[in-house]
Amino acid sequence: MSYKNQFSSVYVNELKEHTAMSLVKTFCSGERKPSQYLEQLFEHIERINPELNAITSLQKEYALLRAKELEAKKPEAHQMLYGVPIVIKENIQKVDFPVECASKMLKGYRGQFNATVIESLENAGAIIIGSANMDEFAMGSANEHSSHGVVRNPHDPKRVSGGSSGGSSVACAAGFAPITLGSDTGGSVREPAAFCGIYGFKPTYGRVSRYGLVAFGSSLDQISPFARSVEDLDLVLKVIAHEDPLDSTSLRGCYESQIEKYTLKGKKIGVIRSLLKAGLDDNVLQEFQSLEENLKKYGVEFVDIEIPSLEHTLSVYYVIACAEASSNLSRYDGIRFGHRAEGTEDLNDLYSKSRSEGFGAEVKRRIMLGTFALSAGYYDAFYGRALAVRDMMAKEFASVFEKLDFIYMPTAPTSAFKFGENSHDPLKEYLYDVFTIPANLTGIPAISVPTKVGMGCLPVGVQFMAAKGRDAELIAFASALEKTKLIGTTALV
Amino acid sequence: MSENNLTSYPNVLEIMKKYDVVIGIEVHCQLATKSKMFSHAKNAYGDSPNSNIDPTCLGLPGALPTINEECVNLAIRMGLALKSEIQPVSVFARKNYFYPDLPKGYQITQYDKPICLGGELILPNGKKINIERVQIEEDAGKNIHVGATSLVDYNRSGVGLIEIVSAPDMTSPEEASDYLRKLHSYVVNLDISDGDLERGNFRADANVSIMPKDSKVFGQRCEIKNVNSFKYLEKAIAYEIERQYEVIEAGGKIHMETRGYDSEKNITVGQRSKESAKDYRYFPEPDLPPLIVSLERIEKVKKLMPELPESKAARFTEKYSLPEYDAKVITASRINSSYFESLVTSLLGKVEPKNISNYFMTDVMRASKLFAEAKGISLDELLEVPVSLENSISLLSLQASGTISGRIAKEIFEEMISTGKSPVEIVKEKNLVQISDDTSIAKICEQVILDNPEQLSQYLSGKEKLFGFFVGQTMKISGGKLNPAKVNEMLKKLLDSKK
Repeated sequence: MSYKNQFSSVYVNELKEHTAMSLVKTFCSGERKPSQYLEQLFEHIERINPELNAITSLQKEYALLRAKELEAKKPEAHQMLYGVPIVIKENIQKVDFPVECASKMLKGYRGQFNATVIESLENAGAIIIGSANMDEFAMGSANEHSSHGVVRNPHDPKRVSGGSSGGSSVACAAGFAPITLGSDTGGSVREPAAFCGIYGFKPTYGRVSRYGLVAFGSSLDQISPFARSVEDLDLVLKVIAHEDPLDSTSLRGCYESQIEKYTLKGKKIGVIRSLLKAGLDDNVLQEFQSLEENLKKYGVEFVDIEIPSLEHTLSVYYVIACAEASSNLSRYDGIRFGHRAEGTEDLNDLYSKSRSEGFGAEVKRRIMLGTFALSAGYYDAFYGRALAVRDMMAKEFASVFEKLDFIYMPTAPTSAFKFGENSHDPLKEYLYDVFTIPANLTGIPAISVPTKVGMGCLPVGVQFMAAKGRDAELIAFASALEKTKLIGTTALV
Repeated sequence: MSENNLTSYPNVLEIMKKYDVVIGIEVHCQLATKSKMFSHAKNAYGDSPNSNIDPTCLGLPGALPTINEECVNLAIRMGLALKSEIQPVSVFARKNYFYPDLPKGYQITQYDKPICLGGELILPNGKKINIERVQIEEDAGKNIHVGATSLVDYNRSGVGLIEIVSAPDMTSPEEASDYLRKLHSYVVNLDISDGDLERGNFRADANVSIMPKDSKVFGQRCEIKNVNSFKYLEKAIAYEIERQYEVIEAGGKIHMETRGYDSEKNITVGQRSKESAKDYRYFPEPDLPPLIVSLERIEKVKKLMPELPESKAARFTEKYSLPEYDAKVITASRINSSYFESLVTSLLGKVEPKNISNYFMTDVMRASKLFAEAKGISLDELLEVPVSLENSISLLSLQASGTISGRIAKEIFEEMISTGKSPVEIVKEKNLVQISDDTSIAKICEQVILDNPEQLSQYLSGKEKLFGFFVGQTMKISGGKLNPAKVNEMLKKLLDSKK
């Protein structure tokens, strides 16, 4: 673990100093200036990032200018993220930032408008310092499918970061920013959070506006934050989780924190034992069970439950996500922007060559799958049935939540694996999402929290889910859990 | 419709003795809203290319559609007018295909759950045409070809459309064009669309097939695409019926295909076969939740609904005591009825509505017809009455006040529409003021009696019919400027005094 030393000696003496909460405090009190902090932070990023490859575009000039702008005025009460540096996944639109989605197709493409989350963050005084690597168009579980190259795990650079929001996850875990944004379509925030030893939270579908998020599977996508503490997650949700007239699927109202008043005692949590039988690595199972045992001591009650439709998780997900993706990615046709093939004969040739050259193998695979699933004569057998099972799953979850507060599950079946271990077998890679996908299919909120692993061990994440719309309760529960010190980030430790 | 009551196309009439003709029509109608259907960009025609655009209608990555509620209200209005069932829940769907004018690679439309189901439209001949559905969708941009280069203008991209699909209930070219005219008068009268045919804001696709009289199975149909004139639709259908008849009679088979209409040659031309047509891979639009329409909303739309031609005609007969025929003719067109009503209101208490109707239906409508002919468009395609409202008011006022006679009024009307001059100007220029003072009239009448001793003696000996002759002569001499009532009165007096 040579990395641990590199981090702690130069930049991070006390991790707590670098949370968004503490940064806002020191910036607002005038103890430190955001621009001074940024100078120091950029040094750290420029030293560490070349090997990890998490940030693909560090916008130093812009960020410093923005810091000076902020410093010119007194912090205002609504600026809850005053001076806080934030990294965004490369699929979120910010004016003039690269929005390449790690694809040759969008090489050189820059944001033309601000995503709603960007507007919200900047109104709250945050400084977007750069954009992060990802799997091409958010398709992947290991960040191995990127035109920018792989992202390395700070805990062991021979291992993957997880995906598809690998860059954002590593940026947070390596201390490049206290809060980073990813997008979670089937676990793309929770799985890399688990691999990197940090928190990743997927809100209820519609709780955070998708306006400005490059679509993969529209009915599943959700912009989701990473942080190294639950308090920071709570803080950023207060800023970004609200209604948006520009996103017709956005939910009314906004996130209202319940972090202040929360106890673990008496909470009822469901566990689906049948899911734990196969495919789990020992270290994951051990961490899972030990947290369960420890939580019982705090008065948390565990109940065995079954959700029969979960056996169809992967097939339902890959039909729906790919079908939507096949349509969402039609706009990359070489006509208005993005890659256009040279020397084409006619319009069809232009479409076909531009798309063949621009998209990577995994993206093509999913476009083909989705196109097939929607084809005349196959719709009912694939897409129609997948929607029906999805409905059934949502009902099963809803009925389970009538008697429970949360559901407890591993986040991923293993810890971060080595490069190439799964990438040549798509099915094997898809299996990594089996625990995270149900929350996307049913639209419920879910959080991956890092367990307290021993020295030199790889991080392990476990997952808690709540009923639709109960985001604040889930965050409050995770916060109470963090306070028991049974869990906690392993970033930079 | 013509005297045979079936069709005025002789060849089609022959065919109809052996075959039944089946026609269904789909109309795409652009909604007259300020902004587009799914984006906030402006909806305006004729602005410089790519000026009315935003991330959504350009299909930029990350942009999302939102629903323009005004478009939904107009679709509901159309549904109400057609007596459709407005669906409490309808669903938007994506129709996937690649084309440069379609920036997202899919069109947002409605598929298996449209906003309106069922309905009817009654043709002028009383026949009921069933409506299958009305759905909301978005328009595409426009490809412009300049030599070897193609350019795309996205100003129209994302503009709201409604598609109105009829049942295959029409059985002759004339019924089809009657249907289209009626539907057009609805969308224009109800402020749903400007109905501009030339700009493609109201375009029709006709599905045409024929089947032997005793058959119970529809023949294979062909779709004639994007016809933008009532007359052309009729002609295209007539041609298509003949074409299909010839193919079938020669032992051939009709293939399902899309055909375009060439108005210069008056033929339809095959464009692409439907068998090899694209698979549009429809699926529910995940970016838009199902569209929920409450009963309260339907009621609200109903309350704000402009008058339909039928109810307007009823109101005209009642309020203005117009004969039913007049009311029907005037209200058939939105521009005519509003023009007429403006005249009535402006001349309230001065000119009887019936007199205004006479003026309108003879002079103004004839001028409209000539104007349309000169422009090479049909009467329904006129966007405004070609006679200025001020001129009509002034002309009718001059007549009502007795300043000019009815005959002079006709003369002035012609002058007015050919030169554009105002009636007052013309009256002054040509000294056409009606003479009403007794001395001048008496003088001319005396002269006429003196000049015609023969007729006078005949009249005096009992041939009273000759009174008309004296009136005619008097008016002729005066160039029609004498007040006719006064002339009558004066001649009567003078002639009787000679008895």
